Amino acid sequence: MNLRRDKKDEEDGGSSNPFQGLEKSMVIQEARSFNDTPIVPRKCCHILTKVMYVLNQGEQFGTLEATETFFAMTKLFQSNDSMLRRMVYLLIKEMADIADDVIIVTSSLTKDMTGKEDLYRAAAIRALCKITDSTMLQAIERFMKQAIVDKVPSVSSAALASSLHLMKQNPDVVRRWVNEVQEAASSDNIMVQYHALGLLHHVRKNDSIAVSKMVSKYTKGGLKSPYATCLLIRISAKLLEKEEYRDSSPLIDFIESCLRHKSEMVIYEAAHAIVNMKDTTARELAPAVSVLQLFLSSPKPTLRFAATKTLNKVAMTHPAAVTACNLDLENLITDVNRSIATLAITTLLKTGSESSIDRLMKQIGTFMSDISDEFKVVVVDAVSSLCSKFPRKYSVMMNFLASMLRDDGGYEYKKAIVNSLVGIIEENPEAKEAGLSHLCEFIEDCEHTSLATRILHLLGQEGPRTPKPAKYIRFIYNRVILENAAIRAAAVSSLAKFGAHCEPLLPSIMVLLERSLLDSDDEVRDRATFYLNILKQNQKALNSAYILNGLAVSVVGLERALHHYTIEPSEQPFDIKTVPLDTQPFAEHKVTSDVSPAARPAEKAAPPTQEIYAEQLAAVPEFAHIGPLFKSSKPVELTESETEYIVRCIKHTFPKHVVFQFDCTNTLNDQQLEEVYVQMESAEGLEVETVVPAPILKYNQPGTTYTLVQLPDDNTEVASVFSNTLKYSVKDCDPNTGEPDEEGYEDEYVRVMKPNFMASWEEIGEDNELEETFALSTKTLEEAIQNIVNFLGMQPCERSDKVPEGKSSHSLFLAGVFRGGVDVLVKARLALQDTVKMQITVRSTDPEISELITSAVG
Amino acid sequence: MFASLFGSKEMRILILGLDGAGKTTILYRLQVGEVVTTIPTIGFNVETVTYKNLKFQVWDLGGQTSIRPYWRCYYANTDAIIYVVDSCDKDRLGISKSELVAMLEEEELKKAILVVFANKQDMEGALSKTEVTNALGLTALKSRTWSIFATSAVKGDGLTEAMDWLTKQLSSGQ
Repeated sequence: MNLRRDKKDEEDGGSSNPFQGLEKSMVIQEARSFNDTPIVPRKCCHILTKVMYVLNQGEQFGTLEATETFFAMTKLFQSNDSMLRRMVYLLIKEMADIADDVIIVTSSLTKDMTGKEDLYRAAAIRALCKITDSTMLQAIERFMKQAIVDKVPSVSSAALASSLHLMKQNPDVVRRWVNEVQEAASSDNIMVQYHALGLLHHVRKNDSIAVSKMVSKYTKGGLKSPYATCLLIRISAKLLEKEEYRDSSPLIDFIESCLRHKSEMVIYEAAHAIVNMKDTTARELAPAVSVLQLFLSSPKPTLRFAATKTLNKVAMTHPAAVTACNLDLENLITDVNRSIATLAITTLLKTGSESSIDRLMKQIGTFMSDISDEFKVVVVDAVSSLCSKFPRKYSVMMNFLASMLRDDGGYEYKKAIVNSLVGIIEENPEAKEAGLSHLCEFIEDCEHTSLATRILHLLGQEGPRTPKPAKYIRFIYNRVILENAAIRAAAVSSLAKFGAHCEPLLPSIMVLLERSLLDSDDEVRDRATFYLNILKQNQKALNSAYILNGLAVSVVGLERALHHYTIEPSEQPFDIKTVPLDTQPFAEHKVTSDVSPAARPAEKAAPPTQEIYAEQLAAVPEFAHIGPLFKSSKPVELTESETEYIVRCIKHTFPKHVVFQFDCTNTLNDQQLEEVYVQMESAEGLEVETVVPAPILKYNQPGTTYTLVQLPDDNTEVASVFSNTLKYSVKDCDPNTGEPDEEGYEDEYVRVMKPNFMASWEEIGEDNELEETFALSTKTLEEAIQNIVNFLGMQPCERSDKVPEGKSSHSLFLAGVFRGGVDVLVKARLALQDTVKMQITVRSTDPEISELITSAVG
Repeated sequence: MFASLFGSKEMRILILGLDGAGKTTILYRLQVGEVVTTIPTIGFNVETVTYKNLKFQVWDLGGQTSIRPYWRCYYANTDAIIYVVDSCDKDRLGISKSELVAMLEEEELKKAILVVFANKQDMEGALSKTEVTNALGLTALKSRTWSIFATSAVKGDGLTEAMDWLTKQLSSGQ
């Protein structure tokens, strides 16, 4: 029988788990035998284990069955078998939250925690704290206080750790135990001291003065436990992050003194803390780095790993500081522990010079197959940041990345490689062709749909503009034949782009697209039909608008607009121009040399505040008639920050109106303002249509008032200065106060990205073209470009905001959409002779707007 | 002969009664022979008590209103019930009676022997054994082996007699 089961287990994949396939209902049935007398401890232990296993497999217990099992389990308290009792404690903790009336074991647990059996006491405390709710806590308070100062370390530790958990629900009760906790903090036992310090800190963590007092008390001595010292270092480092404790020398001295502690753990913790401090200078860093350097040659792998990992981080911010360790790091490349070796190499890559790259890359190549995906990603990141540092070395690194792409690996790993390759292609025009062909090769055998579609999109965007576009067609068309629907659709779109951009290829592309007209998937067929029909027209404007430069609307906005349209059907067709545009986040200039890969995603975070505003405004009945929101500006502070009332203004632009949103905050606690509104007077005679006042402005509670201004039909007269007065009534106080003027005007258009600028340029045509020449006061092309981009608030296209090194002339392409959905394109030719000369050409579909923008530059 | 048979099986006894009647004090008086300081029992205490070479497993269940509903979870396989009454708490004798009646109706306790302890006889103004008997309506009990004893857990009075009676009943019932 036993033998047969073994055989079956082997077939299941060699699993020897005796609990495999346990059913909840069966286990609950078995648990009823806890009610039997006499109790057989061994058998009950086994059943408890089963219940625990089933629970931890994620099975949901109903409250009723959980309660029944729990009460059956309470019968086991009659047995004094210690194994059984400890098992019972464990299960009580597991079931505390799913069974009802678990307080039934309170008396039994309090008896165990105060009893003679030391073996039971700690576990009983932990179980008791788990079942106790705030109403019962009073009843056990006395026992907890005694337990905290108990002379048995395990009991004291258990009480301290449990108190830490109790803090979550009952902070006030636990705060009453501080005296006992302080007594425990002077314990000789390393664990008790550590737990006590942890609890003391937790009790005070919201009061930084109290924390600082505590830290200064313990930094003067009294901590024997290395764990507690580590914790104290962490608390000190946290304090140092706060403004008022920055440069607090006793704290820094303490951490530095810990570098000479006798425990390695404490030394590492101190070094780690110093390395992670903000704005550390090289001098402050030096002692920490030299300690880490010693660890690099430690016989203990954990220390080597920790030190390498930390140095790897330091290398991102202070590569020079780590250079001293290069020799030791080189030795670690051959470390038997592959994780250490990887970290060592990636650190070296960050600190190394251009000449050492080839050698290091060869080194990595030898063990890439031995390390886990997680570390492979680390290597890829290091290589890609190296690429931006040494663009001339792109071919070595690209080949390396491409060979990694061919190896086995998971999605995250492949994604990291593709991201790096795409990054290199974008930043380095020389690398484009080589990079594209590596990616082409990759999609020939790519199992990740999202990566394949991404690459196809990139090919469609970049491929047509390379010298030999034809060579990519084969790779893309192979996808149409071989892959799943999503990839086929992407491939069809990509093909269409080649057709639209490269006339010589057009006939062949049409043939290829025709073959997709019979595709089994709707989306693929639809795309092919759509593109074919557009391409047949053979009109540049159509090609540009519908193939090369797709919709630039915000997807969320489009969804909302369409949903709205279907709810309230109207005679008029849906107007795409009412949809908010997908705005490009303001392009931060990447500092290419030392930005760590980890820091990059943060730049992209552009909160969808526009959507929030749109919803808020839609809720104001007075604004129902003015149409969809076009653009919201960033908040502008109208008042000094110390004034009695703080007013911020946000300007929302609508097709024919502007809504000024004034967020007001009353900073006087003895006043309440009522009927607050802003009276706006415009010099140019713009009319204020509606004012929505804020009914009440209480102390420190922000209120919002709106003013609706109608815009004139003539688009040229939109620059205006308003003088604003905040009006309100207040009890026993001066009723009026003037507020400074608000001026400025720049948010009439939003940035849109035109991936293929020249196509759009041709699409708009010369009809409304205006050209002017200016002399700028800037000394460099980069500066001039940045000024223009910021001034016009338009989106640079085709990476034209980057000037290749050593050039004295450059063309900048900008794109935007003006209020009312009018496309605006700007081409600026810049030349450098002492100062920068600029010839600016504006094209748009509306002559007035071209004029406006040209005059705005002047 | 009987004694050897008993040795193999522990008798299961429940101590029940309203809160503050003295159940936990009685339990530890029986177990260790001393008066211990007690706190209100939230839940239960369970101890093994040896009396005249007999082993009893004694469950002392908390008497607070909130805990009484859980008594029934512990009825199964019970050989005897010790029902403790605070003889001075005249106001709550009625509640005590209704809890007792409700309990005795339980199917699982059909065969259980009932011993009532008219406790706290050391206090002034305590009702006598007869008065408690009448107040609880014990005489109306049919088909139940029962008895009542005047006890004082603090002084130890009456406990021996009660336990002697109980042991005798349990052994003859076997």
